[in-house]
Amino acid sequence: MEFNTNFILGCSAIGAGLAVIAGIGPGIGQGIAAGHAAAAVGRNPGAKSDITSTMLLGQAVAETTGLYGLLVAMLLLFVKPLV
Amino acid sequence: MEQGILLSADNIDFMIHGVFSYELFGQTVWITTTHVCVFIVLLLLIGFAIAANRAMKHASEVPTGFQNVVELIVEMLDGMVGSTMGKNAPGFLNYIGTIFIFILVSNLSGLLGLRPPTADYGVTLPLGVMTFTLITFNKFKYQKVKGVIEGLCNPWPFWAPINIIGDVAVPISLSLRLFANVLSGTVMMALIYGLLSKIAIIWPAVLHVYFDMFSGAIQTYVFCMLTMTYISDAMTTE
Repeated sequence: MEFNTNFILGCSAIGAGLAVIAGIGPGIGQGIAAGHAAAAVGRNPGAKSDITSTMLLGQAVAETTGLYGLLVAMLLLFVKPLV
Repeated sequence: MEQGILLSADNIDFMIHGVFSYELFGQTVWITTTHVCVFIVLLLLIGFAIAANRAMKHASEVPTGFQNVVELIVEMLDGMVGSTMGKNAPGFLNYIGTIFIFILVSNLSGLLGLRPPTADYGVTLPLGVMTFTLITFNKFKYQKVKGVIEGLCNPWPFWAPINIIGDVAVPISLSLRLFANVLSGTVMMALIYGLLSKIAIIWPAVLHVYFDMFSGAIQTYVFCMLTMTYISDAMTTE
């Protein structure tokens, strides 16, 4: 029984680590958004404030999938649903 | 834990704690730190509202001092809602303004040493459900039952279950986005104060600026922006 619980806890930690890999996607997406925003500011410097707010909104929405990964990791580590 | 070690996992604390519990119809109901923090935020907002009401009663033509601040906030909210919702803005100004101020103050309350109430899924889910109720209500009000059924059967009738799942996902993703963002900030700050307690002097203020102020303000803006977009979408009739 003792071994079993520890085994599950260890596997949960590994799973949490794997779940946080989800952060790769939003990182790439936010980078693309920021790059295109920089290009847009270069093309039309007058619209800088509009471009910045649109970029931040898009990035915050793109972040969601990464946060789902974080949530799964948190659940595995602290709520311990499998034990 | 060994003494003198830099990283010690003893005092990491970002969970919700129960303050006291009572029995209600055979169920144990816990009053948690979230309730306390929501109460403090509410007291803050009610105090501000009373002060603002006082200031506006003696309003002068040329605003000075506190009246200036109140007018600035109202004008900012007016501009934000007006630029997104257009002619539907007047009906939703109060709702959007209220949730904007509540979420913003909740997110910023991490600066006061509170655990932000929005880092509890029990606070953000009701906000998402309120948005969902408004979306559904306005859909039925403006598109009528026929329009709603046509919208569900788009592009094909057998696509309806997918569309229903898409509709139900809206409040869940809205609330989870806000919750996870604030929670991640709270966890990061708890890790820094817990693990690096020996050298965490003054410099974590920079991280507070990012995790509490920047992230909190952006997420507040995103929540209100998406709420307005979804409601505007529901109010368009083809």
